[in-house]
Amino acid sequence: MAAATTYSELIERVLAGDIRALARAASIVESQSKPARDLIAALFARTGHAMIVGITGPPGAGKSTLVDQLARVIRGQGRTVGIIAVDPSSPFTHGAILGDRIRMQDHHADPGVFIRSMATRGRLGGIAQATLEMSLLLDAAGRDVVMIETVGVGQDEVEVASLADVTAVVLVPGLGDDVQAIKAGIMEVADVFAINKADLPGAERLEQEIRAMQSLGAESERANSAPVRRVVATEGRGVEELLAVIEAVFAKRKRKGERAGTWAVRLRELLREDLMTGLPEHDVQAHAQRVAMKLEDPYTAVDSLRKAICG
Amino acid sequence: MSIPIRVLVAKPGLDGHDRGAKVIARALRDAGMEVIYTGLRQTPEMIVNAALQEDVQVIGLSILSGAHNAIVPRVMELLREKGMTDVIVVVGGIIPDEDAAELKQLGVAEVFQPGASLDKIITFIRDSVKQVA
Repeated sequence: MAAATTYSELIERVLAGDIRALARAASIVESQSKPARDLIAALFARTGHAMIVGITGPPGAGKSTLVDQLARVIRGQGRTVGIIAVDPSSPFTHGAILGDRIRMQDHHADPGVFIRSMATRGRLGGIAQATLEMSLLLDAAGRDVVMIETVGVGQDEVEVASLADVTAVVLVPGLGDDVQAIKAGIMEVADVFAINKADLPGAERLEQEIRAMQSLGAESERANSAPVRRVVATEGRGVEELLAVIEAVFAKRKRKGERAGTWAVRLRELLREDLMTGLPEHDVQAHAQRVAMKLEDPYTAVDSLRKAICG
Repeated sequence: MSIPIRVLVAKPGLDGHDRGAKVIARALRDAGMEVIYTGLRQTPEMIVNAALQEDVQVIGLSILSGAHNAIVPRVMELLREKGMTDVIVVVGGIIPDEDAAELKQLGVAEVFQPGASLDKIITFIRDSVKQVA
């Protein structure tokens, strides 16, 4: 009972715009404990107001700088911003250096921009372990736009697309030949393409390649091709136009009611996490030994482990 | 897996000597901590705002320029203003003994002068966080 009272007070403060309370709530959410679940459950009814934007792309594409500039434009329109900036955890020490704030320094005097750095904490796919929960928290806290900046991704880390209403893939000229463009993965989850560093040679060619890739799709797909915009994030060039395109995609999605589909993906992921948490580590190790020694086949091992979880 | 300690490593002041801050950030990462690194030329306001949003348990300030007597008191004052007195502040850099004593009077938990070992810093942070919790 005491816990519930603490939360109701914390929640009240979060909803009243208390930044310290929001930061504390974010730490609870990130701990992925029972309190984290209680907190999100209590706040869930208040979510659904924010536009959640995923910003992904390869390392060095300028994601942080672009997020910083988008925040500037959104604030200029009088709306508030929450930013989740993800960087990788070390798989060996679990430590991390979270450096995205280096490129987001201009908003420090503005309570309308809340930036939270997250380490992946072992989660693959370009996002952190509790990214969904963090975006729900920021949404419930009344942030009008929530941006999720992924770690620098390769070709296959597409999880942000299941968390975001709109996913923007940031590319830069000179990364690879046109074969890269038709590969599956991040190119497919883009709702919007942002070609950053568009003042560099090769920007036009990159845009042509993306458009050429899109023209190869089926006719139904072609009609829904992701818009491509060129930006120079360091100078803020093209950022307003990019935001306008993101908003247009969001508006269209909302009209079509596509959010339920996204929730199906999220629920599957939450269930998977939930089951994995219940997995006794020493059982995993014991079965691993048996499989390695060929005393057991992997499927029998998985069967036993499933029984260990589900009872 | 236990929840990692979160530390803000900041380099206030106008000089560009961030090698020390980077070495510390790297060492704390290797010790399993999550280090929010904000880079050069941080004002006290920027530092405290970042610490507030990131809900860090520890702030590490690297100061080599001699400006510690201007910067650190302001950081401590802002922390008090925002009710963040439970955040542990450590300072590293070229700090004369008499200044170090004064900074500690202001509430700085420890001052690490040239020659302090990384192990000592890591151990201090771990122990202090345990005490607060």
